[in-house]
Amino acid sequence: MSAFALDRIAERLPQALAERTVDRTGAPWGVVRADALVPVMQLAKSDPDLSFKLFVSIDAVDRLHLAPSTPRFEVVYFAYSVSRNEHLRLKVRVGEERPEVPSVVSVYQGANWWERFVWDFYGIRFLGHPDLRRILMYEEFKGHPLRKDYPLRGRQPLIPERPIEDIFRGPGTSGVA
Amino acid sequence: MAQSTDIEIATALPEGEGELEAHLHTKRMLINMGPSHPAMHGTVRTHIELEGETIVRMDPEIGFLHRGFQKSCENVTWNQCLPYTDRLNYASALMNNFGFLNAVEKLAGITIPERAQYIRLIGSELHRIHDHLTCVGAIGLELGGFAPFLYAIEGRELIMDRVTELTGARLTTSFGRVGGLNRDLPEGWSERVLKSLDKCHELIGEIDTLLTANRIFVDRMKGVGVITADDALDFGFTGPCLRASGVSYDVRKANPYWVYDRMDFGIPIGVNGDNFDRYLMRLEELKQSEAIVRQALKQLPPGPVIVDDWRIALPPKPEVYGTIEGVIAHFKLVMEGVPVPAGEVYDSTEAANGELGWYLVSDGSGRPYKVHVRAPGFAIMSGLPHMVVGRMLADLIPTFDTINMIGGEVEQ
Repeated sequence: MSAFALDRIAERLPQALAERTVDRTGAPWGVVRADALVPVMQLAKSDPDLSFKLFVSIDAVDRLHLAPSTPRFEVVYFAYSVSRNEHLRLKVRVGEERPEVPSVVSVYQGANWWERFVWDFYGIRFLGHPDLRRILMYEEFKGHPLRKDYPLRGRQPLIPERPIEDIFRGPGTSGVA
Repeated sequence: MAQSTDIEIATALPEGEGELEAHLHTKRMLINMGPSHPAMHGTVRTHIELEGETIVRMDPEIGFLHRGFQKSCENVTWNQCLPYTDRLNYASALMNNFGFLNAVEKLAGITIPERAQYIRLIGSELHRIHDHLTCVGAIGLELGGFAPFLYAIEGRELIMDRVTELTGARLTTSFGRVGGLNRDLPEGWSERVLKSLDKCHELIGEIDTLLTANRIFVDRMKGVGVITADDALDFGFTGPCLRASGVSYDVRKANPYWVYDRMDFGIPIGVNGDNFDRYLMRLEELKQSEAIVRQALKQLPPGPVIVDDWRIALPPKPEVYGTIEGVIAHFKLVMEGVPVPAGEVYDSTEAANGELGWYLVSDGSGRPYKVHVRAPGFAIMSGLPHMVVGRMLADLIPTFDTINMIGGEVEQ
């Protein structure tokens, strides 16, 4: 698979790519420094030779049981270019002490829900996200379920009922009229 | 949290106008189309702010069907993930199964036998027909036409019968293993599939006649839920919803997998990106999928359906009960799982709703380390507010239908 996209990014933003790897299937990956993420995504989307306009997804990997296990999280980004017919695979390494990454919502609107997913399940904050709240879990959930130190069958504390005005409650078994 | 703000749209009354022509005070209404609602496919809650009948803001709340797919997959072996993948897009389980196995085989560097590739293709296309029939029928149903829905369900039942004969289950098939398939085609299955496709063809023709030129249907669907190509790409739309906006991207053509490069089929491309185009995409894809299945059944070669390598596929039972190597291989495969080498892969197939992507991370053992499913419905659902804000509440229903959000894949 062609490394043209990563070459172009390395040429235009020389300090942005910390490392370039190739995975087992021959696909090129770029490890981007967190502070350079938004310019890299902006370049990938707007450069006419790259044109990675289709936003595919974002996810994260908790490297607690892999070697090397620090920095703990890797946030992976995928985008696709219709004109070049190829996917762009990027990752950002994030440590446990300060799990924060700049948000790319300003570049791709589709990143909104995917970043909420990573916040919900891994606890990685996206700085600049307009509405960072849990997406699949309920708001009062404690912890971040897909982290490797969250147990498979973790129990949650009971949460108090949400105060909702303007709602009619008939006489139920709780004794509240 | 019900809050109401009075909005005065009163302007200075022109001279001579009485109170009858004065503008009414309106109140922004926050309504909740809750998780159990017949028109919300599956359990989705939408907070809608209405100004009269116009949607001013809409916020879908999902997560009622989250079952912990990723976490569960990290705790079982690679082949044991298959029942979990069935339940993602439950209207087209074979596509999830085979898509997942495709990605695992890519990571492990396995090439499956040709017959297995053909059968995977046939299974995927049958389930694509199944999914599109569900969507097209539901579109008719929710706009008031019960008959097209019943025709679609009849077509679906025929396909489900064929899939039951093949895999053993109507809905949650768990078909396929790493390295190929677990079972070959039953006797006479190809002839029965061709007969079922003939009947489906008639039914699709009936649905087409009932809906496509129907005045009420066209008026409710045309020009509604429009999304431009640039916005669709930005949100991450793929599949029929993206092609309805005019972007020609289909993974089967762009990056052919299995034997799609030997099949002769077309990709419908829409123009307007509205609900009617999305409906037409699915209708046309039904016809194309039928053609693909017919071609594949004609071309189907004989041969094995799973690789011959005992480190990946279970040895045949006579060897397991007869030789020590067979017993050991069987034991290791069942207890530890298929040893997929350490690494990561991103691979995708074209599911009924779009690009179903899989990002897998393996640590070298028989259990996945991470299974990320890039559900096409997730991205399309996030673009839903963009498509309906500014339209009337009644326009939300056909828009929500045509995006074919399947709760299982969106909420994993």
